[in-house]
Amino acid sequence: MFKYYGKYAPYLFLLPAVAILIVFFFIPFFQTIFLSFQDYTDSIYSTTFAGIKNYTAILHNPVFYKVLWNTFLYLIVAVPILAIFPLFLAILINQKIRGITLYKILIYLPVIVSIVVAAIAFKWLYAQDGILNYFMQILHLPSVGWLTDPKYAIYSVIIVTIWKGIGYYMMIYLAALMSVPKELYEACDIDGAGFFRKHLTVTIPHIMPTIALVTTISSISAMKIFAEIYVMTKGGPLNSTKTIVYYIYEKAFENLDLGVASAMAVLLLIIVMAFSLVNILCFERRKYDI
Amino acid sequence: MTFKINFRNIPIHATLILISLLSIFPFIWLLSTSLKGGGENIFAYPPTIIPKDFTWANYTGVWHRVDLMRYFINSMIVAGGTVLLNLILSALAGYPLARMEFKGKKITFFAILATIMVPFQAIMLPVYLITLKLHLVDSYSDTLGFIGLIMPFAVSAFGIFLMRQAFLTIPKEMEEAAIVDGCNVFQVFCRVLLPMVKPSLAVLAIFTFIGSWGEFLWPSIVLTKEAMYTLPVGVNNLQGMFSSNWRFIAAGSIISTIPIIIFFLAMQKYFISGENEGAVKG
Repeated sequence: MFKYYGKYAPYLFLLPAVAILIVFFFIPFFQTIFLSFQDYTDSIYSTTFAGIKNYTAILHNPVFYKVLWNTFLYLIVAVPILAIFPLFLAILINQKIRGITLYKILIYLPVIVSIVVAAIAFKWLYAQDGILNYFMQILHLPSVGWLTDPKYAIYSVIIVTIWKGIGYYMMIYLAALMSVPKELYEACDIDGAGFFRKHLTVTIPHIMPTIALVTTISSISAMKIFAEIYVMTKGGPLNSTKTIVYYIYEKAFENLDLGVASAMAVLLLIIVMAFSLVNILCFERRKYDI
Repeated sequence: MTFKINFRNIPIHATLILISLLSIFPFIWLLSTSLKGGGENIFAYPPTIIPKDFTWANYTGVWHRVDLMRYFINSMIVAGGTVLLNLILSALAGYPLARMEFKGKKITFFAILATIMVPFQAIMLPVYLITLKLHLVDSYSDTLGFIGLIMPFAVSAFGIFLMRQAFLTIPKEMEEAAIVDGCNVFQVFCRVLLPMVKPSLAVLAIFTFIGSWGEFLWPSIVLTKEAMYTLPVGVNNLQGMFSSNWRFIAAGSIISTIPIIIFFLAMQKYFISGENEGAVKG
């Protein structure tokens, strides 16, 4: 094809988007790394080079280990549930039965509604004399301080994240299920394989890449949790629900400890970028055509 | 009309009905609380879903005390501006990446791809410092405040790649024909290519809108004036205003949810058809 555009046309088309990405992505990216090596303890206006002081400060802070532990809990509780349960739902919803659209709408609704409203709705369910503790009473169980007991608060918050993610991942699985060849299911029927057998031998192997994709993207979003915590617990009680992003927010915007906040942010960057790299290189090559 | 009941499907329906109920139950309970009057104990055991002392008073009460309409308008401005800029900038940037050869194409491509890996939460502090330096905050003026809310999300690598893919599918003969007819490169872009990528623009618009509408972290960092609150920030603020008046908090939350539910039902095919899977997730 002949070149019908001028020498500068490509750059003109790219300029607005690239300018915004430079100002709001690339500069902040390098500035985060720069700030993490600055000392803000005397004043936030005159800073000095701090070396790795902010990093050692983090490593000597017990709250940091609590925060890491909470994030780890998120990864080992929320991620497996979000990788498996929506798949189960997608298989059920993929059958030829009535009312599919209505089920999909209702299950997808939590994805659409603002996380703030969702968190408020759950806070109300979790209230001390609330409806959830009523169910506990029916089951002859002691009432639980869902958001006030340091033992349980993190799980109560994780439940909200799971509840809000199920519909989203179910739709990803539904799309993947459409690509499983129907002949394989027919072959199973002829062999007389049952429901579970059919899906274990045909469905699961076929959509393994999608399961891996859901695992990485739900891990990445688990590490970015903020609103649920901010609305429901503010990181409490006793730091039991404090996650990395909430801690960065608190350090940066409440304690004005910009150096330590940035050092935490650099750690978050490293972890999330590693997960994203795996994601793009292994599962999303087609999407970005690389 | 007769319904054929397939008994083998009953367990499937039972499971799906249960899951659907669990999905909406938190909202149902919030709705129920918002419709209960002062004469009814909202902590009563056993709880009642259908209000005994039914009233709209909580809705009128919260509507008069909190400027929810203002929050709604603010959210519309921010989400509308974010969508518009994303459409324009992504289409502009996607076109040369799909169709042109130029020096530095590869590095531009990978630099944009790299931004996908960077979580906003990790760079939000410098983004805030830059926004302050550019005076894009509401303490200078409302307009600057809105610009500051929009700019960090005005373009995304996701959008650029979505548009690039869309342009890649258009046959090159379309452009050649236009050039032969005497169009220049901008006319080719606006009159020939853009109309052909409308479906992708629609997908980008809808998912950008949802993302922007629900955004909570960034507005709660930059906003200082209550008159500038977007819906999520304003709704969170209800908790502080009506500390334990759960009837008002519930009514305000329900009101704030109505617009997005209408939007979702109107655009449901984009969300639940399974064609745009994994489009956007915060």
